[in-house]
Amino acid sequence: MKVTIDGQEIDVEPGTTILQAARMIGGEVVPPAMCYYSKLKGSGGKCRCCLVEVSKGSDADPRPMPKLVASCVTGCMDGMEVNSSASPRVEEARKSVTEFLLINHPLDCPVCDQAGECDLQNLSFQHGKSQTRFIEEKRTFEPEDIGEHIQLHMNRCILCQRCVQVADQLCDGRVHGVMNRGDHAQISTYITNAIDNEFSGNMIDVCPVGALTDKTFRFKSRVWFNKPYNAHRNCDKCCGKTTVWMFGDEIQRVTARKDEYHEVEDFICNTCRFDKKDVKDWVIEGPRKFEKFSVINRNKYALNAPKVEIKTEDQILLGRKEDQKKISMVKVPLNNTNGNSNS
Amino acid sequence: MSLDTISLSGKKMEVSNKKMSFWESLYLVAIVKGLFITIRHLFTRKVTIKYPEQKRELSPVYRGQHMLKRDDQGRENCTACGLCAVACPAEAITMKAAERKPGEEHLYREEKYAEIYEINMLRCIFCGLCEEACPKDAIYLTETKVMVASASKREDFIYGKDRLVMPLEMALRNSKNKAS
Repeated sequence: MKVTIDGQEIDVEPGTTILQAARMIGGEVVPPAMCYYSKLKGSGGKCRCCLVEVSKGSDADPRPMPKLVASCVTGCMDGMEVNSSASPRVEEARKSVTEFLLINHPLDCPVCDQAGECDLQNLSFQHGKSQTRFIEEKRTFEPEDIGEHIQLHMNRCILCQRCVQVADQLCDGRVHGVMNRGDHAQISTYITNAIDNEFSGNMIDVCPVGALTDKTFRFKSRVWFNKPYNAHRNCDKCCGKTTVWMFGDEIQRVTARKDEYHEVEDFICNTCRFDKKDVKDWVIEGPRKFEKFSVINRNKYALNAPKVEIKTEDQILLGRKEDQKKISMVKVPLNNTNGNSNS
Repeated sequence: MSLDTISLSGKKMEVSNKKMSFWESLYLVAIVKGLFITIRHLFTRKVTIKYPEQKRELSPVYRGQHMLKRDDQGRENCTACGLCAVACPAEAITMKAAERKPGEEHLYREEKYAEIYEINMLRCIFCGLCEEACPKDAIYLTETKVMVASASKREDFIYGKDRLVMPLEMALRNSKNKAS
C-alpha cells in the first residue's frame, strides 16, 4: 500500500497506522504522541496530540475525511494522502490540544523530577502558547503513597493510561488503574495497595509527564546534571540493558534505554531499576547519546578533550597533592559511592 | 620620475634630518613644556575616587553580588531547579536539593528547596544569565547594592546560603512597604 504523508510517499504493510507510517518516514512529519506507545498493546487514541488531516481517503474513495483523525489509531489505506505538520489546520489543532492538556497540569516544572525529559514539556515548547486563558482553579488531588519505589503526583497526570497498560500487560496481579470518571478520573491503587510487581517500575519510564517518578531519585538531581551511560548486567528477570544516570561515581538513577520517540527499547525489572545502584553491579558500555539540542546534552561532550601536557616541573602546574583542597560543597564528599552521605 | 619620489600608498613622507640648534640640543625647552602639561593635569577634574571610603552611585542595571530572594511571607523562593546552574557559562553555581518537611512551610515556598546553594565568586563573571533563567524570581544581582568584596583566601569566595539569602528583616520590611 502506498501512503503519502506531507508529500512523501512510502510503502507500508496493510494494518499499519498513519503514525507508524509517519515514523517510518521520520523527521518533521512525525506527529507528537503522548499516549500512544508502540510497545504497549491497545495504547493510543486518548490524548489527541497526533491529529492529522486526511486530504484523500484512498484510491477507491478519494473523498477527504471531514474531521482531523487521530493518526495513532487510524489505519492506512492504499493511496491515502495525509497532511501532518504541513497543514495549518493540524498545527492549530495541536495548539488547542496542548492548551487542553495544560489546563489541569500544574506549573511546577522547577520542582518536577521529569523536567528535561518530559514529553509534555517538549510538546508545549513546540506547540504551546506562553500565556494561559484558564482562570479557574486547577484540579487537585490529595497526595497518595503508592509504595516505596514509585512517587505518584496525580496533579500532573494527563490520563494517557500508558501505566495502566503496563500494569495490564507486564505485571501479574494488577493493583492500579483509573478510578472515577470525567474531571475526577485519577490513577490510583485499589484501596491504597502498594505497587510491588516486579515490572511495575516501567510505569515510570512510560509516563510522559512527571506523574509517576522514581522515589529513589526524588529531588536528588536534575536530569541535565546527570551523565547518562549505557550499561548492562546479567539479570535473570529482564534483559538487563539499561541507562544509568551518574553524578560523579554515584549511580543516582537507572532507567530503561529510550529511543528517539522516548519509548523504551526493552522493559527492565525493579531489581535492576531500584536496587542496583552500585557501579560494581554494572558493565558500563559508554555514554548514551541524546538529541543534539536536548537539555540533557548541556555541558557534556562525547569526545574526550585531549589533555595538554606542558613539560615543565609537574609541581608548578598541578601543585602538591596535600595542598589540594575541596572548597565548594565541603559537606558533600567527593567520592560518595556509598550513597549514605548524600541521601 | 625617479624611484625615490614615487609614493604608491600616497603616505610616503620624507624624513627630515634637520640639524638641531644649540637651544634645542639642550632639551630645556622641551622639558619645561612637558612639566607644564603635568602641572596642568593637577588642576583638572579627577577621574578616580578613593574607593572603600567613597562609593560611586550604582546604575539601576548594575550587576553585583547575588541575592536569593524571599517572598512577602519570608519564604525562600528558590526551589533548586538547577536552571541557573545550567545557564551559567562559568559553571559557578552548585546546589543540592532537599525535600521540605512538614512544619517547614513557613521557610520554603515549594515542596523542594535548596539545601546547599553555592556560588563561586572567583568563577562568576556577573553576566546575569542566572537571573534571566530563574523561573521562580529567586536570584537577583541587582538587589544587594554591594559588589563582591575582596578576600585573601579562596574559601572566602564560595558564597553559601548564609551570605546569599535575603535577610529575613529585609523581607519583612519589603512586605510592610507593600502593605502600606
